[in-house]
Amino acid sequence: MANQVPLVSYLVLNNEPHLVAHECVRCGARYFDRRNACAACFGTEFRDADVATEGEVRAFTIVSRAAPGIEVPFVSAVVDCDGTSVRANIINTPPDPEHVSLGMKVRLATYSMGKDENGTEAIGFGFEPAA
Amino acid sequence: MSAMDEIWILGIHMTKFGKHPDKDLVDLGVSAIHGALADGGVTMADVGVLAVGSTRGGGGMGQQLQKQVGQTGIPVYNVTNACATGATALRTAIMAVKADEADVGLAVGVEKLAGAGLLAGADRKEDSEVWEPSGRYGAVAEVDGRIGTATMPGVFAQIGMEYGHRYGGTSFELFAKISEKNHFHSTLNPLAAYTKAMSAEEIMNDVMIAYPNTRPMCSANCDGAAAAVVVNGAKLKTLSKGQQRRAVKVSASILTTDPWEEACQILPNVNTLTRNAANQAYEQSGVGPEDLDLVELHDCFATAELVHYDNLMLCEEGGAPDFFNSGATWRDGQLPVNVSGGLQSKGHPIAATGIANIWEVCQHLRDEGKQRQIEGAKVGLAHVIGLGSACGVHVLEKAAA
Repeated sequence: MANQVPLVSYLVLNNEPHLVAHECVRCGARYFDRRNACAACFGTEFRDADVATEGEVRAFTIVSRAAPGIEVPFVSAVVDCDGTSVRANIINTPPDPEHVSLGMKVRLATYSMGKDENGTEAIGFGFEPAA
Repeated sequence: MSAMDEIWILGIHMTKFGKHPDKDLVDLGVSAIHGALADGGVTMADVGVLAVGSTRGGGGMGQQLQKQVGQTGIPVYNVTNACATGATALRTAIMAVKADEADVGLAVGVEKLAGAGLLAGADRKEDSEVWEPSGRYGAVAEVDGRIGTATMPGVFAQIGMEYGHRYGGTSFELFAKISEKNHFHSTLNPLAAYTKAMSAEEIMNDVMIAYPNTRPMCSANCDGAAAAVVVNGAKLKTLSKGQQRRAVKVSASILTTDPWEEACQILPNVNTLTRNAANQAYEQSGVGPEDLDLVELHDCFATAELVHYDNLMLCEEGGAPDFFNSGATWRDGQLPVNVSGGLQSKGHPIAATGIANIWEVCQHLRDEGKQRQIEGAKVGLAHVIGLGSACGVHVLEKAAA
């Protein structure tokens, strides 16, 4: 795994890949970006909190027009992972309204984005149907 | 409330929205300013404060306009607040007049966007040769398209779908019918960028942008400008009967941002800040949603119009699909919404929108709406939202006599 790097720093790559949030110590608000302070309570202390790897699609769209270089159509969604909302693509299923629906159960999945010139492989994530 | 505390729109103007290849931002802004001043019966010599919004005009648009219409030395505020920029400019002028720093204020919004395409998420950096973390997410590559979408049609599609998930009653066809209504309304608006009626079926079969939003369900990028002259009540009393009769009262002028809630940094929450602005506006004006004769709301996408019926409390919570299906929001319905054609057909020159929607309401309150007049209109509401987010709500009332 030494030659792997996650697409974003909040994706943890180990035997059970998962997302990790910065959780406000004072109020429990969760964030995925580097924080200066908490937008909810203004606290400045955070701890790492593992995010559930299974969830439910709360909102989605099937994007047909995007910037050059982005493969379309793809499904962008908000997944409710046991109370923590996550933005992600829905993958490993056809991107159409017959295969993606509101309330569908999904689970985290990772995929290879390829290797850079140093041989390091980037790993992306999405959510796939939890059939 | 003393006359000094009252705010009135004395003059207001919008240019034709659409393509203006022969005009630059300054030309369009000047057209709006000259129109608003003439409509109000005042000149730049009367104006004590100027607020100007333009999201893509670079810096100093206010001063650039002054150099063409009159350099009188008054303070200028150049403002931006995404799609709420025009409302923010108006609100800035109103605050200065309310603070008694001026008795006449001028607000302008101007934009050139014809042919602009996707405004956010329109381009993406190529992946670098080496996967190296950078930025606040430690991303080794561009995330747009890999972790959801940055495009506005996609973001607002999810906002509409989220409403459907929470309350039910939505469908691709329902969203298309909302768009059908607005395109029908636009046929009566000669200043709209597009004035072609489209059936829900045509709309559904048009080019898909971000399901369920097809192209005609998205706001139309175009060029345009709008301007408004505001005065306090004391100043209005010194003006002619004709000016007083046509003046429109600003019963509420509100600007909010989104308070933190779970998920608001994952998918923008356009609901809470709109509901907060509406609550404050109803309280400030003493007007309730049941008193409204027409509403111009921020239908940047068909999916957005639906959620704002609920956010502005035009219907019961969760009842937006039923409210629309009842026919209430068509121009012959119980509460006409977006009789201008809305952003989907009138067009959305971003910074101009938050003043142009107020122009539309004023036309009806002044009984000057011509072929699209909502008969007997006395009270109206104008709403805009800029992602990030900022929400402007203005409640407007017809002059007493």
